[in-house]
Amino acid sequence: MTLLSVTGVSRRFGDVTALDDVSLDIVQGEFFALLGPSGCGKTTLLRVLAGFERPDTGTVTLDGADLLALPAHRRPVNLMFQSYALFPHMTVEKNIAYGLHREGLPKDEIRARVAGVLATIGLPGAAKRRPNQLSGGQRQRVALARAIVKRPRLLLLDEPLSALDKKVRAEMQLELKRLQHEVGITFVVVTHDQEEAMSLADRIAVFSEGRVEQVDAPVSLYRRPRTRFVADFVGANNLFDGVLRDGGVEVPGVGSGPLPCEPPGDLPAGSPVVLSVRPENVRFDDEGPLAGTVMDTSFFGGVSRVAVEVGGLTRPVELTVPGTAPADPGKPVRLSWNPDRAILIGPA
Amino acid sequence: MTAVPKDARTRAAGRARRPRAEPLVLLGPGLLYLLAFLLVPLALVLSYTIFKRGRFGGIVHEATGDNFTRAADPLYLDVLLTSVKLATMTTLLALAIGYPTAYVIARLPARWKTPALVAVVLPFWTNFLIRTYAWIVLLNSEGLVNSALTDLGVIDRPLGLLYTDGAIVTGLLYAYLPLMILPLYSAIERLDPQLAEASANLGAGPARTFLSVTLPLTLPGVLTGCVFVFVPSLGNFVIPELLGGGRTIMVGNLVRDQFLKARDWPFGSVLALSIVAVLIALLTVQAWAARRFSGEGDHA
Repeated sequence: MTLLSVTGVSRRFGDVTALDDVSLDIVQGEFFALLGPSGCGKTTLLRVLAGFERPDTGTVTLDGADLLALPAHRRPVNLMFQSYALFPHMTVEKNIAYGLHREGLPKDEIRARVAGVLATIGLPGAAKRRPNQLSGGQRQRVALARAIVKRPRLLLLDEPLSALDKKVRAEMQLELKRLQHEVGITFVVVTHDQEEAMSLADRIAVFSEGRVEQVDAPVSLYRRPRTRFVADFVGANNLFDGVLRDGGVEVPGVGSGPLPCEPPGDLPAGSPVVLSVRPENVRFDDEGPLAGTVMDTSFFGGVSRVAVEVGGLTRPVELTVPGTAPADPGKPVRLSWNPDRAILIGPA
Repeated sequence: MTAVPKDARTRAAGRARRPRAEPLVLLGPGLLYLLAFLLVPLALVLSYTIFKRGRFGGIVHEATGDNFTRAADPLYLDVLLTSVKLATMTTLLALAIGYPTAYVIARLPARWKTPALVAVVLPFWTNFLIRTYAWIVLLNSEGLVNSALTDLGVIDRPLGLLYTDGAIVTGLLYAYLPLMILPLYSAIERLDPQLAEASANLGAGPARTFLSVTLPLTLPGVLTGCVFVFVPSLGNFVIPELLGGGRTIMVGNLVRDQFLKARDWPFGSVLALSIVAVLIALLTVQAWAARRFSGEGDHA
């Protein structure tokens, strides 16, 4: 069931187009991520949903009702700010109760719900403390508690984990996911960290320069990128710009012949295409079409990464192999891959 | 090798224990100035209160309590009360006008902030007396305000605008409004705009957001602005003299008259101290309020 529907939303700031004809649907109960580099418009979309920004064109509906018609303080949407925006003059308890008081709930219920959410986030003893007496991770939890205690239809999270150090971030990722299951609220998280998006979200919308490039589940996004930007931005990748021929993809000046690729489907021969091959799908093969020299190897515990310089390409081809690298820098090698694992990206 | 760091530590500790010279050097000129031109005169004024007046000013070294008894006269208490009333009105009006102004300036795009602030302090570049005289030109019975209203047919006869309490408050407000706007601006400018957004996001309308978030967090600026306006308003004697028609209306005039006209220095000192007493009382209240509200506010 579609909860939130964004249709044709655009927003310009002077010469900058922050959102360019953005359309996407978010399903009830889903953990949805908006992923993109900074300045791609994902935070602007979040601010449109929260009511702090009005789009120039387009519509947004929540449960079928026009969301843009409501002022920010009447929307059943809560936002966890990137900076947390906790009220510094109020205790943790008062921060969390603030939104419940606005609903005019009875005092007893407010007290019970605040105590409940403090237990949920694992900070039952922090009720009387002030934000400046808390650690970064604790503040993050309080900000989350303040947002979920209102039981919104939609919870927006703006870079929720970016201010935390790496170890705490990993813990909080798990906790966010657990919480989302527990409270059953639809989450929309904005992040520039693709690993975070991959590990948290049911579906991801990849943004670039104000446009939605692709909306897909993490695995599909990784296995089957639809645009050059997505192929490049999500995960490590080897991209080859060429022309589709009968026997594969012809890249001028590269390789001993056309590079193997998946069956082209309904793409006609002669189309300009991008070939995308993940490092883990590239292998050493003495019969392979690509000849090059090993530039660099690095050992990552279970796997090694090898960079191979190939004539005619500006970027080295990367491959991931189990165990240690079988070749030392300077050694000439040939590379190949299974055609099924070489994804074709057609012209946009 | 361990001896070297140990030795260094001992020396560092020794340095830390000795009183540092830098703060004294930095504070010295200011402290000396305050001592010579504030504390010593204040002590003199304090000592004058218990002596008899000299015939042509100065004092006669003969102790008396008469000066205090005289100050308790309803006539003088009334003047002190009027002064407090007018200064309070000025302060509240300055706050009512200054807060929205400061708020708008603080939220302007960065390149407009400085021009706006310069515009706020621009009146200070004109001589204080000239600015006050200008109000006479505006407010007197043939002045610009009255003639404009007459020409427009709003009134038949000129209004008695000048030489009223209203004229005094107008003059004080005009003189000291920038002292309200500047501390408010700096308090509001420092306030994270996301806090107001967070409040709206949690369901608070604009009025509730102002009362629960914006106002408590800018309260130190409000209190500073109020003190900055109230203090010079209470002791002012030029504006009541020029715009109040020279009647002895405010305690500042009274003090000035005792020293310069009646030549009763001891009584003038008592009156001057009454201003200081009122101000100390108010500053105490202000300090308490600043701690109470911004320190442990209860705004849920």
